[in-house]
Amino acid sequence: MVNSLNDLTKNIFTMKQIINLLLLFILITPAKAQETIYPAKENKGVTVIKNGTIHIGNGQVLQNASVKINNGKIEAVGTDISVPADATVVDATGKQVYPGLILPSSQLGLQEIGGNAVRGSNDFQELGELNPNIRSIAAYNADSKIPNTLRANGILLAQSVPVGSLLAGTSSTVQLDAWNYEDAGYAVDNGMHFYMPSLLPRSGRFAAFFGPQQGDPLKDGLEKIELVKNFFREAKAYLQNTGNKEINLKLEAAKGLFSKKQKLFIHANQVKQLLLAIDFENEFGFDVVIVGGSESWQIADILKKNNIAVILSQEHSLPTLDDDDVDQPYKTPAALQKAGVSFCLNDDDGQNRGRNLSFNAGTAATYGLTKEEALTAITLSTAKILGIADRTGSIEVGKDANIIISNGDILDMRTSIVSGAWIQGRKIDLSSKHTQIFERYKYKYNIK
Amino acid sequence: MRKLLPLVLFLCTSFFLQAQETFSVNGVADKREGCYAFTNATIIKDAQTTLTKATLVIRQGKITAVGNGITIPADAVVIDCADKYIYPSLIDVYGDYGIPVPQRAGGGFNFFGAAQLGSNQKGAYGWNQALKEEVDAYKIFVADDSKAKALRDIGFGAVLTHQKDGIARGTGAVVTLAGEKENLVILKDRAANFLSFNKGTSAQSYPSSLMGTIALLRQTYLDAQWYKSNPSAEGVNITLKAWNENQYLPQIIDPASSADVWMIMRADRIGDEFGTQYIIKATGKEYQRIKEVAATKAPLIVSLNYPMAQDVDDPNDARLVSLTDLKHWELAPTNPAAIEKAGISFCLTAADLKDNKSFWSNLRKAIEYGLSEKAALDALTKTPASLLGIGDKVGSLEAGKVANFLITSGPLFSEKTTILQNWVQGDKYAVKEDNWFNIAGTYTLTVSGDASNSYTMDVKNNTAASIIAKDTLPVKFSYDGKTVKFSFAPEKKSKNTIRFSGFNNNGVWNGTASDADGKNLLWTASLSSVAVAKTDSTKSKPVPSLGKITYPFVAFGNETVPVQETYLIKNATVWTSEKEGKLENTDVLVKAGKIVQIGKNLSDAAAKVIDGTGKHLTAGIIDEHSHIAVTSINEGGQSVTSEVRIGDNLDPEDINIYRQLSGGVTSSHILHGSANTIGGQTQLIKLRWGTDDEGLKFKGAAPFIKFALGENVKRTAALQGNSRFPDTRMGVEQVLMDAFTRAKDYEKKIKEAEENNKKKGVTPMVVRRDLELDALVEIMNKKRFITCHSYIASEITSTMRVAEKFGFNINTFTHILEGYKVADKMKAHGANASTFSDWWAYKLEVQDAIPYNAYIMNAVGLNVCINSDDAEMARRLNQEAGKSIKYGGMSEEDALKMVTINPAKALHVADKVGSIKVGKDADLVLWSDDPVSIYAKALYTMVDGTVYFDREKDAAMRKQVAAERTRIINKMTGEKKEGRPTMGAMPSYKFINTCGEDHGHKLGMLEITEDGE
Repeated sequence: MVNSLNDLTKNIFTMKQIINLLLLFILITPAKAQETIYPAKENKGVTVIKNGTIHIGNGQVLQNASVKINNGKIEAVGTDISVPADATVVDATGKQVYPGLILPSSQLGLQEIGGNAVRGSNDFQELGELNPNIRSIAAYNADSKIPNTLRANGILLAQSVPVGSLLAGTSSTVQLDAWNYEDAGYAVDNGMHFYMPSLLPRSGRFAAFFGPQQGDPLKDGLEKIELVKNFFREAKAYLQNTGNKEINLKLEAAKGLFSKKQKLFIHANQVKQLLLAIDFENEFGFDVVIVGGSESWQIADILKKNNIAVILSQEHSLPTLDDDDVDQPYKTPAALQKAGVSFCLNDDDGQNRGRNLSFNAGTAATYGLTKEEALTAITLSTAKILGIADRTGSIEVGKDANIIISNGDILDMRTSIVSGAWIQGRKIDLSSKHTQIFERYKYKYNIK
Repeated sequence: MRKLLPLVLFLCTSFFLQAQETFSVNGVADKREGCYAFTNATIIKDAQTTLTKATLVIRQGKITAVGNGITIPADAVVIDCADKYIYPSLIDVYGDYGIPVPQRAGGGFNFFGAAQLGSNQKGAYGWNQALKEEVDAYKIFVADDSKAKALRDIGFGAVLTHQKDGIARGTGAVVTLAGEKENLVILKDRAANFLSFNKGTSAQSYPSSLMGTIALLRQTYLDAQWYKSNPSAEGVNITLKAWNENQYLPQIIDPASSADVWMIMRADRIGDEFGTQYIIKATGKEYQRIKEVAATKAPLIVSLNYPMAQDVDDPNDARLVSLTDLKHWELAPTNPAAIEKAGISFCLTAADLKDNKSFWSNLRKAIEYGLSEKAALDALTKTPASLLGIGDKVGSLEAGKVANFLITSGPLFSEKTTILQNWVQGDKYAVKEDNWFNIAGTYTLTVSGDASNSYTMDVKNNTAASIIAKDTLPVKFSYDGKTVKFSFAPEKKSKNTIRFSGFNNNGVWNGTASDADGKNLLWTASLSSVAVAKTDSTKSKPVPSLGKITYPFVAFGNETVPVQETYLIKNATVWTSEKEGKLENTDVLVKAGKIVQIGKNLSDAAAKVIDGTGKHLTAGIIDEHSHIAVTSINEGGQSVTSEVRIGDNLDPEDINIYRQLSGGVTSSHILHGSANTIGGQTQLIKLRWGTDDEGLKFKGAAPFIKFALGENVKRTAALQGNSRFPDTRMGVEQVLMDAFTRAKDYEKKIKEAEENNKKKGVTPMVVRRDLELDALVEIMNKKRFITCHSYIASEITSTMRVAEKFGFNINTFTHILEGYKVADKMKAHGANASTFSDWWAYKLEVQDAIPYNAYIMNAVGLNVCINSDDAEMARRLNQEAGKSIKYGGMSEEDALKMVTINPAKALHVADKVGSIKVGKDADLVLWSDDPVSIYAKALYTMVDGTVYFDREKDAAMRKQVAAERTRIINKMTGEKKEGRPTMGAMPSYKFINTCGEDHGHKLGMLEITEDGE
């Protein structure tokens, strides 16, 4: 860590910045607290990241190339970039430059302490089945200790998603360097979340916990799905009508879906669920995205044909069935890629809280994707699926300067060391509670 | 009147023979001899002896003579049994006939629910509510004729009945199915003692797991032994007293689970330990491991309950049914035949059948699948009689035995045969008497009224007949053994139907009739010629073609288990995890399961050569913290459960063994969960895919035990609050203090007793052997080592201090996410650390967890391991270790050591595994790439020089799995087409064992945990 910081100071900072940084170190080492990790101030000037290997995010790679950031936006990318005299220059020689990674579905900012034991920490699931009016952004905790650990691994944007039993509410894209949720909002209320009921019968042992199952699970599930469809039918009628006597918040909340300002994210894994998801595209014309999708490889062609996108929630999973190929979840991305399905990768693991997104992509690259395809699945494809590709997801001119620098291949844990990151052109602090505690105990034990 | 009816029935059914002397008679005495002679019968005395044209004589409920040329007593009622067969009635050894069914109250332990720590049983009984050893079935038995009839109708005459409730269930009684007073139908009051692995209605938290159940049984044997010394500290203990009294009886144990075939071996080992050969209730899966089952030498009680075909027409439904379930459906009917072929003594039972009526169809299916008729009959007569020591009363037809026999229309196991009568204790019970007389033949029917008419009637059987005239006229016909009813129209196309009703008066039928005009007619019919009876075909059908058994009985199992070979891995980059470091272009020779040579240009003519060019060879990965390959993982019923042993419930059928191999893991340390402060004894295993449960064990490894601290053991997640001590970390420390204080006193007492008992002429001191404290004494004597689930600096420190007080140390702190805070203290104490690379924030106690933990602890000088605690992550443990390169800057070789030699050291097996060194076990992995890189795939994984995972072979097996699935699914859909019963497709859910509340890991579609998530 010290080494990489030294590198940084050599390469990136102006003298004034170095002094500031040193002062900061003196003040806060060894007992710096996360409370002193400040969101970066707006950067109006020009920054040029030069001589790096630039991974655009769309599959293209430029060697010894530069990115010019001006006023928060990417102004130029290429091998022939002019560097203004007052520009902050970051030498990325020998390093890898990537678009900021995007975590497409998590409860970030809605649950600080995982598990079931601390109820007060849980702000991700409301009571009731039809909650389209619930908004995750309203509870998003920008001061959570978790975003900083994600940033340190290159994740600059995330979708903060409510959980529920049917319609759980809307999610928003947040950027991870914010004073509060209003600062954090990057694309507010851009997703509506529908948790599709299971269509599978329960086993005896399963039933021992939940009680015996009555009736036909498929029929029961279809009834619940019909309930949601009917909600949308009534919402459509309500929204078309100009003379509604009373305002219905729930029906109002469906407006974004019909106007295509929102996508419908359907959380589902089973093949039958995925097939039924097509209805929401067909009948209502919604943009449908599957979240989960562990069985999506079985019907990849149908998903492609119906323009259903997939967020693969947890690639680091065991296969569904004993009989499945031992590496099935690892090679599912390659199957979707081959079929041309629009998909992206997620890290849904409650134990590391999302920070292994790039290693999910690494695994996908080991099992059939090219490294650039794997990168696309955590950057540009994610941006497209979240509906924010016009602003981010790749290092292309006109987009927000959401950029990271890694010492090496970001997909491999040996080399995935993020040494610089910019959100909307703001150079952000990569420390976190974790790096601070690390420093504290290096101090205690006199480690290097 | 309603109240009187049962009484009337009672009088009717118990009308003769066996009035009890002590009971007064309300009416006129009616004692009879009940002497019957059954003549001209084919008598099957037992499966070995068949007599033709023989006679059976019974009197007063007993058989007085069987054989040919027997003098028929003058007072005998003679029953001609020409064409009929007589068999001994069947015996069911696993019934609960006449015993009240206990109502399940639920209970057990989980992380959320309430705990019931003591027994709710009031009285001077034992400590655990699941021990109901004092129950004697004969004392609570109440005859129930409607239930008896259901069993008699399928051929049973006697049942060993017991109360199916609890882990110790008390004794069972042999009763007949006669409709007599209870006093008279009990053939043997205390015939067998029953044990099980199911706690039944007990809502007491302990035991909450299979291994806890096994431990409870073992401890109870010891307690009962000790109780014989009348220890004043115990007072009167009805349960233990009964236990001792019941020991001389045959011991029947029911694993009460068909989860896997290993239940048989688990049960048998308990019996072996305490010098008892159990009779074991079979799981239905014995065919999967018949050799191991036969080796137990246990007689089995085998149910004929097979899985029903599933409706797999819908490919999406079929997809979720595992090959294991598909194959079991196909092969389950071979189970009785496999048991017979293996020479195992066995009984058959109608227990577990959803419907008694399926008994015969399922039994015939077993015969179709290879069970011999002789063995089938023995299993229902002689074998149960001899196992229960009632061979002098039932089980065969011999003079002096109880008159329990069946009269059948033909050979018992033929499809067309019906049981006509079932005689129990000399009383006749009709089953299907309408078949008694074969009425098929041509009859002359004479109808008289105004005019007399004669017809020729051809009777085919009890439900079909026709009139033979110019035209053959259809007849609606029914005969129930006595009443004859039929109707027909004498002229074709006429609506003038005549309706007949009458009785068969011993061959001649007489009755009245009525024609369409309402005229009353009289009729009589007599046999003019007998139809030639077709011989009943008893030819056995050809055994259907079936799939092969694989080891294990799971997808990717092998038909023959892989074997040790000589291997030469050439020209690889060898990561030795030793001081030699990384050796380029190096060869490694493996022979007889060991690494025999490391060097350049090695050769061995006998060796299979594996080209390692461009590849990386490492020692097999050792996972210090795993929960795979077990049936239960958490005994949370108490805060101290050092008596339970993971090794008692290993499951070699877990697909996760194979999956770990695919990620280069060769050894896994299977830990008890974290439900309590002192958990169970752990088991180090080697991932020998296809071996048996004992074969998984890492031989010669030092014994370990799991401890746990913090949130899980104080039951932080309990929804209704916690009632089990401790509730705080303050309490956790005292649980440890208390346990070791008790252990210290215990050890002292044992030593004193030993000293005392050496002396002559003294009163011997008897110390109760306590399995819980035995394990703790082992710890204090450094014969057993602790791996302790821990997170927080305070609990880590206080636990070390407790250990130091008692003169031992904590061998390993596992999880140890705040280890970095007290790494210096741990080092001084001498503890190893086994941690996760980057887990955090999944509960309150891991809010300070950092991914630099391993790096710091390593830098401080601790022996650091990276473990999985997760069957999925274990497949990427090399990568998890690699994260310390990212988080802190550890070298690649040091990172790899955290999953090879370091865990070997922590587990005291570094002399055998963990590095590539001559003389060590050949537990090796050949990787496609740098082994701490995300791009590395295991190409070969070998354990003891046996390749258990080979990526190329794996590709071929995938095709085999798919083909075998397709074959059985096609067969199953055929069942439905042919109209056989099917059930809805049931996805093959997978039970995932986890440590406890440490898993935020999202479960797969078919995964469930004990928390019910």
